[in-house]
Amino acid sequence: MSDLIEGYLNMQLLRFTTAGSVDDGKSTLIGRLLYDSKAIFEDQLEAIERASERSGAEEVNLALLTDGLRAEREQGITIDVAYRYFATPKRKFIIADTPGHVQYTRNMVTGASTANVAVILVDARHGVLEQTIRHAYIASLLRIPHLIVCVNKMDLVGFSEKVFEDIKTKFNSLAGKLDIQDVRFVPISAKYGDNVVDRSEQTPWYEGPTLMYLLETIHISSDYNHTLQRFPVQYVIRPQSDKYVDFRGYAGRIASGIFKPGDPVTVLPSGLTSHIRSIETMNGKFDVAFPPQSVLFTLEDDIDISRGDMIVGENNKPRTGDEVELMLCWLNETPLKLGGKYYLKHTTNDLRCMVTDVDYKIDINTLNKLHDDKSVSLNEIARVKIKTTKPLFFDSYRINRTTGSLILIDEATNNTVGAGMII
Amino acid sequence: MSDYQLNHLRELESESIYVIREVAAQFDRPVLLFSGGKDSIVMFYLARKAFWPAKVPFPLMHIDTGHNFPETLEFRDKLMEKTGAKCIVRYVQDTIDQGKVVEETGPGASRNVLQTVTLLDAIEELKFDAAMGGGRRDEEKARAKERFFSHRDVFGQWDPKNQRPELWNLFNGRKKIGEHFRVFPLSNWTEMDIWQYIYMENVEIPSLYFTHEREVFFRDGVWLATAPFMELKKGEKPVVKKVRCRTIGDITNTGLTLSEAHTVLDIIKEVAVTRTTERGGRADDKRSDAAMEDRKKEGYF
Repeated sequence: MSDLIEGYLNMQLLRFTTAGSVDDGKSTLIGRLLYDSKAIFEDQLEAIERASERSGAEEVNLALLTDGLRAEREQGITIDVAYRYFATPKRKFIIADTPGHVQYTRNMVTGASTANVAVILVDARHGVLEQTIRHAYIASLLRIPHLIVCVNKMDLVGFSEKVFEDIKTKFNSLAGKLDIQDVRFVPISAKYGDNVVDRSEQTPWYEGPTLMYLLETIHISSDYNHTLQRFPVQYVIRPQSDKYVDFRGYAGRIASGIFKPGDPVTVLPSGLTSHIRSIETMNGKFDVAFPPQSVLFTLEDDIDISRGDMIVGENNKPRTGDEVELMLCWLNETPLKLGGKYYLKHTTNDLRCMVTDVDYKIDINTLNKLHDDKSVSLNEIARVKIKTTKPLFFDSYRINRTTGSLILIDEATNNTVGAGMII
Repeated sequence: MSDYQLNHLRELESESIYVIREVAAQFDRPVLLFSGGKDSIVMFYLARKAFWPAKVPFPLMHIDTGHNFPETLEFRDKLMEKTGAKCIVRYVQDTIDQGKVVEETGPGASRNVLQTVTLLDAIEELKFDAAMGGGRRDEEKARAKERFFSHRDVFGQWDPKNQRPELWNLFNGRKKIGEHFRVFPLSNWTEMDIWQYIYMENVEIPSLYFTHEREVFFRDGVWLATAPFMELKKGEKPVVKKVRCRTIGDITNTGLTLSEAHTVLDIIKEVAVTRTTERGGRADDKRSDAAMEDRKKEGYF
């Protein structure tokens, strides 16, 4: 196999989200990453050039690359999560590009839910603003493991070290309150490319890496929880063919933990125990399975298992209960109904729940807790209690993003209205 | 910990298998839309993996424009025979004969838009509630905002401004009677990922993807294949060239690439240095800046 192919087959996948408002130059930054990593193909570039001419812009507007839908191009704002792809020889990247306006918190939460890294843009001229606090708070709430703060438009502040350091200090004091583990800062100019892919000569005082270098090297292998064995059963496979007469397999995606044949396991909710007999795939048996692999388990014992059940390690079981407390981000124009009933999706489990109490609401611009206001509307975040129709098996979102997350669905409209993170 | 790390292809594979299993679990009558192109071939391959050692628990469906490369149909039938899967075929010609749509005429005429009607009719006739497509977000800017589970109203329409938020891997497939979903298990794959995966897994693909001699003509910067139903404009002359397909749609809008690629490895090398997107050769996207967005709203693939 040639080195080229060998390299391509061994890339890691990194998902990151970008937060910032239009004025922060977020779309320009993404355009710059795509452009400098040569992911913009010629025909797309031609289409942008044509569109730039039409809208009267003088230079090629890299932002047009990410503004996909017609309405957005007309209004010049990004109104929904758009996904972009590029690769370098080291990694393949998926960008969830989300708008930064107040009213689009729900999009930011959506983009953040699967991200390894959050890239937050700060305009060097304006420093840490309310919206920066909002973006950092959402990143911490959604437990994005790594945060990169890009201080953008450094060209407009004469590439001043003091401006950069001041923003860093201010942000760090904020991050302390937010329980964010890993924060990095990079002074950039998205427009001219300084410190995005190539090192800038304008910032001799900055000894850190470029944004691209960080994205290529940030350590993400341990972003998954490898200790708690959790396997939500997604689908039961029974071929009923001559070759596989009594075969009964449990299909699913490993949520966390490492599974091996022979491991003692418990099936929830029945509480029955067995051992893993084999881990099967069309490519052959596996000696080990780990997150986020989609696999098929067979067990030593014939137990009645169906979708929504969870196979877990015998030691270290998840919490079980029908009363759960969560941080809830509201995603719909119709406000949360206290005492209202909703459909609930948690791992592969479908059930119903009632929201029994709103403990407090967060003012996401100041991070103050509002205890007296029980109304929860679009884009608001609150700590709530729910009661479910049957017990959930769950972990705290802090330690397990898969078994700690759930969504609420409106029973009348079927819309996804709430995103919950179990405390 | 590095032992417990997947490469990007295995991670994408795992995600797609999860999505396909979720479709089988959440819907009563799913269908996998099969065009005979590499994306739908990979999607079907992943579906086989998802349910192995059982058979894929839903049928495939091919919307036949009547303008296919013969190699595509041959490949399709062989693949069905080999895997024991069932492929339903619906014909755009029938929709035309029923007087539901009027065929475009003249050079540049295409049945691309017409097939949406055939597709929606078939979904209604066969009561499918989820149709899986091989669409990828990297293909085109309107696709970049598509969900994995994309809700369609009773008219089969997509409302891009009112999509359901999609968080973590929790897919909401709830719907009312008459509504359906389009599901895109390959959302996060790029053209390069598809080729690398075909290489890694040794997935069989139609011969059209490899270099071959074919009679072609040049129009609007693209090489197109000659066929009895392809009307030539003044000055367009058929010539024989060594070409291959980068995408396989119907003959009227599949641009051919001048290529010497004999193997998947050759194709990967070619894609790595190519400076235009694969849809750059698609005449259907060139009609306007928002061509794909408009077609998708109507219920296109």
